[in-house]
Amino acid sequence: MLFDWAFAFEILPVMAKAALVTLQATIVGYALALAIGLAMALARRSRRRWIALPVGETVEFIRSTPLLVQIYFLYFVGPQFGLALSAWQAGLAALGLHYGTYVSEVYRAGLDGVPRGQWEAAAALNLSRYRTYRDIILPQAIPPIVPGLGNYLIGIFKETPLLSVIAIIELLARAKLIGSETFRYVEPITLTGAFFLVMSLAAAALVRLAERRLRIR
Amino acid sequence: MVKFDAVVKRYGGLVVLDGLDLEVAAGERVAIIGPSGSGKTTVLRVLMTLEPIDGGIIHVDGEPLTHMARNGRLVPADERHLRRLRGRIGMVFQHFNLFPHMTALENCMEAPLHVLGLSRAEARERAAGLLEMVGLGDKRDAYPGALSGGQQQRVAIARALAMRPKVMLFDEVTSALDPELVGEVLQVIRRLGEEHGLTMLMVTHQIAFAREFAHRVCFFDAGRIAEQGPPDRILVEPEHPRTRQFLSAVLESH
Amino acid sequence: MDLIVPLLRGARVTIEIAALASLVAIAVGLVVGLARLAPWRAVRALAVCYVELFRGTSLLVQLFWWFFVLPHFGIFLAPETVGIFGIGMNIGAYGAEVVRGAIRAVPRAQHEAAIALNMPPALRMRRIILPQAFRAMLPPWGNLLIELLKGTSLVSLITLHDLTFVAAQLNVATFRTLEIFSLVLVLYYLLARGVITPAVRWLERRASRGWVRSEV
Ligand SMILES: Nc1ncnc2c1ncn2[C@@H]1O[C@H](COP(=O)(O)OP(=O)(O)OP(=O)(O)O)[C@@H](O)[C@H]1O
Ligand SMILES: [Mg+2]
Repeated sequence: MLFDWAFAFEILPVMAKAALVTLQATIVGYALALAIGLAMALARRSRRRWIALPVGETVEFIRSTPLLVQIYFLYFVGPQFGLALSAWQAGLAALGLHYGTYVSEVYRAGLDGVPRGQWEAAAALNLSRYRTYRDIILPQAIPPIVPGLGNYLIGIFKETPLLSVIAIIELLARAKLIGSETFRYVEPITLTGAFFLVMSLAAAALVRLAERRLRIR
Repeated sequence: MVKFDAVVKRYGGLVVLDGLDLEVAAGERVAIIGPSGSGKTTVLRVLMTLEPIDGGIIHVDGEPLTHMARNGRLVPADERHLRRLRGRIGMVFQHFNLFPHMTALENCMEAPLHVLGLSRAEARERAAGLLEMVGLGDKRDAYPGALSGGQQQRVAIARALAMRPKVMLFDEVTSALDPELVGEVLQVIRRLGEEHGLTMLMVTHQIAFAREFAHRVCFFDAGRIAEQGPPDRILVEPEHPRTRQFLSAVLESH
Repeated sequence: MDLIVPLLRGARVTIEIAALASLVAIAVGLVVGLARLAPWRAVRALAVCYVELFRGTSLLVQLFWWFFVLPHFGIFLAPETVGIFGIGMNIGAYGAEVVRGAIRAVPRAQHEAAIALNMPPALRMRRIILPQAFRAMLPPWGNLLIELLKGTSLVSLITLHDLTFVAAQLNVATFRTLEIFSLVLVLYYLLARGVITPAVRWLERRASRGWVRSEV
């Protein structure tokens, strides 16, 4: 028998613990991406070109280069400048930055979707730019992009296995460790794949639900 | 040439063709008029087999179109049967529907080449000749996006003719055009009728054109022919009150 | 300078894997995308399963599966093969959605015009629908190929000596961390924005030659 169910059940508790690590990384990384992405989107819309342009170029750069190399970069380059980041700090920062660039595009679409008249109305009320964004623009820009943002939650989730390269023992790293200890790779890696599949499908279903809700409104 | 026999077409619960009977002789030119939603387009679409029908039968050139004989009984037509008979019919659409990635000439060559199996030289000659006939000999290498609406519609006519259909269907072919371009398209259609004697069914709001060009006018109302006859009678002294009402509304808007 | 030579050697592996995986991705994307629109239910269901399976599990998990698990079933694939097909089949699943979307975006009127000219289904697809869909799918394919290029960095984790692998190795050997990883990032950036993006743009221009977007 190729897939040993008994063995699979035996490793299940350890795998479940590692899955929690994966979920943790996903949630923290996503929170970072949401914040960084918003900052990027607002900076790119800044009227000061010396802010908007470099930020725009940086976003392009980060998005066009591999997350894996970015993880290495943050983890290994920091100590050279006396800024030693722990594996978790480096890994989550890389995830947040990398996905922040994707998320910023989603925000951008949302911000562009707010009619010009809203800006003009806010200006007519003499609201500050900060107030305008906080009270007028963002509350209108964000609800329609919730499904788009949700897709990147799934995206980050699927990239967390990369954290294993800097010794964060998330699910895939655990699976590989079990494999190298027991010489049985079939069960741990297949279980890992199944976990990702089930979680992604569930999350995708939620995103679709959100989309449908939006369309009804 | 074309015969609708108690044809029924429904969309969900909506009955669009309500037991329609209509016979068109070879060489006859029939204009179809009627209020919006009365089923005019649908008549042409079911005849072009773009939509299946829900009841009745349509014959083309003496053969059943929507059905075929199997074991002595008529059963709904399969794709092979449709492909054999569809070649007898050509259609020109309100919005031209030219293939945007092909030049005028390529639009007209495509089906003769790949459906009729003509050689490239034959297809090219036929297409070029037809473009010449519709007055676009100099536009054969233009893409649809670079042509005016009237020119596009004339290419569309040439494209349909390249298949040598026996029956041509025109669905409001001038209503998407600017007024000054309507004439050039109608003129092409007029020549088709007068010089080539093609059988035609045309849905049109061009009352004056229908009057001088059509042999017969059918006034549609709610999926049936409410009144039909020679244009001079239907368009000038209609009997049916709905026809009168419709005509005065149309003439008013012109 | 002493860094450049090994890095370029790694870049060559990256380029080879990326190029071949792109071919796989495009082929898979076309086949599965068309299958999703097939008239047969079973074929459509199979295509949906493929797309969900390959998009729903992570790329690295897939590569490890091919690399570590398949041997237990008696199938031994070279790491190059795993890289090329593993990445190609993963990106192909996303490509299938692009293909499907582009085909469905061709207006119904184009299908009807082709039917009115008595074209059989395969001919309609090949001569009328696909060429128009092709143009629409180029920009998203450009993005996917950049994702693919980035994905090739994962082959460093299945023993291939690509750009990322060489960088990690040099880093351990020389500790010139900042130089190495900056160079590597710039190389990836050049491949993405200096090669893939312009190539796709060029294709886009060629594909739209003659079209003036005035219709519809
Ligand atoms: N695909 C479809 N699905 C549902 N209903 C349809 C469809 N096509 C047409 N209908 C309905 O069928 C009826 C007849 O449509 P048809 O297009 O034949 O009208 P028409 O006489 O050509 O009108 P018009 O002058 O506006 O073109 C209309 O009520 C229309 O809404
Ligand atoms: Mg109509």
